[in-house]
Amino acid sequence: MFYRDRKEWADLEPVPQDDGPNPVVKIAYSDKFTDVYDYFRALLKNDEKSDRAFTLTAEAIELNAANYTVWHYRRVLLQALEKDLREEMRYITAIIEDQPKNYQVWHHRRMVVEWLNDPSEELEFIAEILSQDAKNYHAWQHRQWVLKEYKLWDSELEYVEQLLEEDVRNNSAWNQRHYVISHTTGYSDPSILNREVQYSLKQIKKAPHNESVWNYLKGILQDRGLSSHPGLLEQILELKETHCSPYLLGFLVDIYEDSLENTSGDQVEVLSKALELCELLAQERDTIRREYWSYVGRSLQTKYCSGDPSTTSSEQHESPILGMKP
Amino acid sequence: MGTQVKDVVIKSDAPSALLLDKHADYIAAYGSKKDDYEYTLSEYLRMSGIYWGLTVMDLMGQLTRMNQQEISDFIKSCQHDCGGVSASIGHDPHVLYTLSAVQILSLYDNVNVLDVDKVVEYVRGLQQEDGSFAGDKWGEIDTRFSFCAVATLALLGRLDAINVDKAVEFVLSCMNFDGGFGCRPGSESHAGQIYCCTGFLSIAGQLHQVNADLLGWWLCERQLPSGGLNGRPEKLPDVCYSWWVLASLKIIGRIHWIDKSKLRSFILACQDEETGGFADRPGDMVDPFHTLFGVAGLSLLGEGQIKDVNPVLCMPEDVLERLGLHPDLLS
Repeated sequence: MFYRDRKEWADLEPVPQDDGPNPVVKIAYSDKFTDVYDYFRALLKNDEKSDRAFTLTAEAIELNAANYTVWHYRRVLLQALEKDLREEMRYITAIIEDQPKNYQVWHHRRMVVEWLNDPSEELEFIAEILSQDAKNYHAWQHRQWVLKEYKLWDSELEYVEQLLEEDVRNNSAWNQRHYVISHTTGYSDPSILNREVQYSLKQIKKAPHNESVWNYLKGILQDRGLSSHPGLLEQILELKETHCSPYLLGFLVDIYEDSLENTSGDQVEVLSKALELCELLAQERDTIRREYWSYVGRSLQTKYCSGDPSTTSSEQHESPILGMKP
Repeated sequence: MGTQVKDVVIKSDAPSALLLDKHADYIAAYGSKKDDYEYTLSEYLRMSGIYWGLTVMDLMGQLTRMNQQEISDFIKSCQHDCGGVSASIGHDPHVLYTLSAVQILSLYDNVNVLDVDKVVEYVRGLQQEDGSFAGDKWGEIDTRFSFCAVATLALLGRLDAINVDKAVEFVLSCMNFDGGFGCRPGSESHAGQIYCCTGFLSIAGQLHQVNADLLGWWLCERQLPSGGLNGRPEKLPDVCYSWWVLASLKIIGRIHWIDKSKLRSFILACQDEETGGFADRPGDMVDPFHTLFGVAGLSLLGEGQIKDVNPVLCMPEDVLERLGLHPDLLS
């Protein structure tokens, strides 16, 4: 039954939508939408704080859950009427299940959790939402907040591993792995760093064409030196034979570059290998990013070419792609 | 090694010519059709919707087809006592819509429709102790709001109103191990957030703090075999990322790392030849949001028929010229 026909609402004057002065257009709304929102505006106008107002906000949300003003008003009412927040949590859960990508409801949930100071349902709830869409950005933000705010780190690494078992290409899960470890043990302990390196290599074997794992590997090593991690170069060269990908080749370039940067002594061989890989990537293996690989090759050449005319590297690597002349 | 890449396939009969006139007609008529449920449902973002429509019309040289007076009056009715602007009449103020309102009025060279001092006060009041910005009085924190805050103030020439150093500190704390940025510290890198953060750092004069090679590589990795761009690894391409990713690359001086002709083909394929407008990907329904970002993306790619767009503020360059605004770009 429309609000305009309900006796208990007869005291309110509905407020029609104002689209601004002299609206050019006549807008066609659904009847129910018009009715609910006309009465919502009336409540707002009178600043009415009542149970019937509270009930109406649920209807308004059902019709348009992205209307942030309705959520604001609902929060004001939750507090003014001292509503049962646990019941509110159940309501929020239902809305999120139905519309998991809505900004307003996730923020609303966070506020209610804060008011209750009770995160006990959160990790399980978020896991349930992630089981439907493992990359839901809102769900992950909420999860990170819960973990940090309430220090609930204990089982999170295990959870991340479970998700990576299900989909090793889940970038959100790799990001979460970094988040958990950064906030708990950190990466400075060599045994932890190596554990993570070996874990990454294992995942690479399962799915070599996986941008996320390569980003992760580079991310955890870049400050500590890719070329100085014991045995890493050898492992990568081994993988190159059986599990090659443009990412692997790019990572090799990164290792060689790190070596050039941080090792003294004759690096002609290393430079030569790096340039060869850049050319391979630009010409064959990752042609859509040929401009990037040319840039990398040129930069390496400029920075590390010894300039000694008797070296062979600059002659061998004159190529149309890299555009280098000795 | 036949690995499944998450991507779309562009059909051979997809649009390949730029249909600017159709897009202008689509935007000019938007909201006036009988079946307007979508329009009604998007009331909560109306101010941004108007900004998208006007900006794309201006980029196509068609701004005069829109009703300046009506829009200015509408904006005036959306400013609240606290100084903030709401998405529409009867909605609550928010920094997102405050920026959109100031952008619209800048197009019309008429910011004084608003009480500018109050806008500045509103934005200043949203800054938190850690330098971050809330979106409104309810306290949601997001680097999007850091961008909205400084962009609004830059357009009004009032960047001095906030603690820029602290704001920078917060944004930098959102830089991730892959060189990208998320919405809060620790959040996954996402092209939309990266646009906001690089745009923020440009306005704040702190672009040198970005690892341009690392971030540039992450951004050019967004390009898929179809030529389209996604927003993070293993996601489908979407024409709006032609803006978020491309503008970010332009800001950090590495736009040439994208295969331009493949991207252009993808963007053009997202047009709807019948209705005009752009969709998120070929064959889907169009909307003003994707229309703006498709056209703006083409502008960044050097499309002659479209005006130059500023990669930081997503507004026509000639408008910023008039305002004397030249946000930094890396080379």
